[in-house]
Amino acid sequence: MAAGGLEHPVIFLEMAAKGAGLNIPNEVLFAWMAMAVLIVLGIMTTRKLSTVPGGLQNFFEFVIGGLENFIVETMGEEGRRFTAFLCGLFLFILTCNFMGLVPGFDSATNSINTNGAMALFVFLYYNYCGIKRWGPRYIKHFMGPMPILAPMMIILEFLSHLARPLSLTLRLFGNIRGEELVLILLFMLAPIVATFPIYFLFALSDFIQAFVFFMLTLVYLQGALEHAH
Amino acid sequence: MRKILFTALNTVALLGLAAVAFAADGTSISSNAALSTAIGMGLAALGCGIGQGIGVKGACEGLARNPEAGGKLTTTLILGLAFIESLAIYALVVCLILLFVKPLGA
Repeated sequence: MAAGGLEHPVIFLEMAAKGAGLNIPNEVLFAWMAMAVLIVLGIMTTRKLSTVPGGLQNFFEFVIGGLENFIVETMGEEGRRFTAFLCGLFLFILTCNFMGLVPGFDSATNSINTNGAMALFVFLYYNYCGIKRWGPRYIKHFMGPMPILAPMMIILEFLSHLARPLSLTLRLFGNIRGEELVLILLFMLAPIVATFPIYFLFALSDFIQAFVFFMLTLVYLQGALEHAH
Repeated sequence: MRKILFTALNTVALLGLAAVAFAADGTSISSNAALSTAIGMGLAALGCGIGQGIGVKGACEGLARNPEAGGKLTTTLILGLAFIESLAIYALVVCLILLFVKPLGA
């Protein structure tokens, strides 16, 4: 989206790609960069694992362990097999969000394309899990509590399920994009002085947005797997 | 007293809107879009703030009565807040479209 009238921030990776003659969209570049950061961190952590964790291993055990406990608390023991998928989603979105706060970098999640791709994948995945678990009886999730109301409920539920990826996409996009616009506006008003305190607020909201995406995915998966009532 | 206050505030609001409407004669679509964006985002933030405030109030009261329910309350609270917040985000997206994509012309 062209920010007409607003100062465009200087983005190093974009300039590097242009210099190398590559015409890759910004969000794709920064999504690759987030992946690279996560992969390098993962390799650095797992290269020398020890029973007494220290440094990076300690940190990641804390993060992944906390998330896994949360998943098992919400979904029960059968949720443990989704830990890798959900934690990957959370860490990727968090890295992308935080990258937007670093000057000279951009977050991949400020584009509707990245978020749309993730939300669409979540939508397909939880429906796939539900169908795999329940087979043709998965339709009961859409029929509501009473058989007599089923013809009406099925339309309503169908629409509300279709609205889920839309709301996932727009929530993340609006939050991250809005943050960036506020940062640019404040930077135009009073450089550095005005933007510095608000970084803390935005770091918190970045974390919360990543957590909300993670938690909504978890709740959708739970809804698809639990018994229809 | 309350009634008089309401009447006065309503009159001021109507006068303000009328002034805006009269002033709109010589202005372009983009300045109207800017005005509507500001009003729309403000209204969205107002409603969203009230809604989230009620939600947080309920959660705080529940937590004061039963501190053990903290974990479950936090989950429900954050989920609810996310859903309420997404309404304001829709308004924000509409505002961004009005401002930057300019579907109504410049």
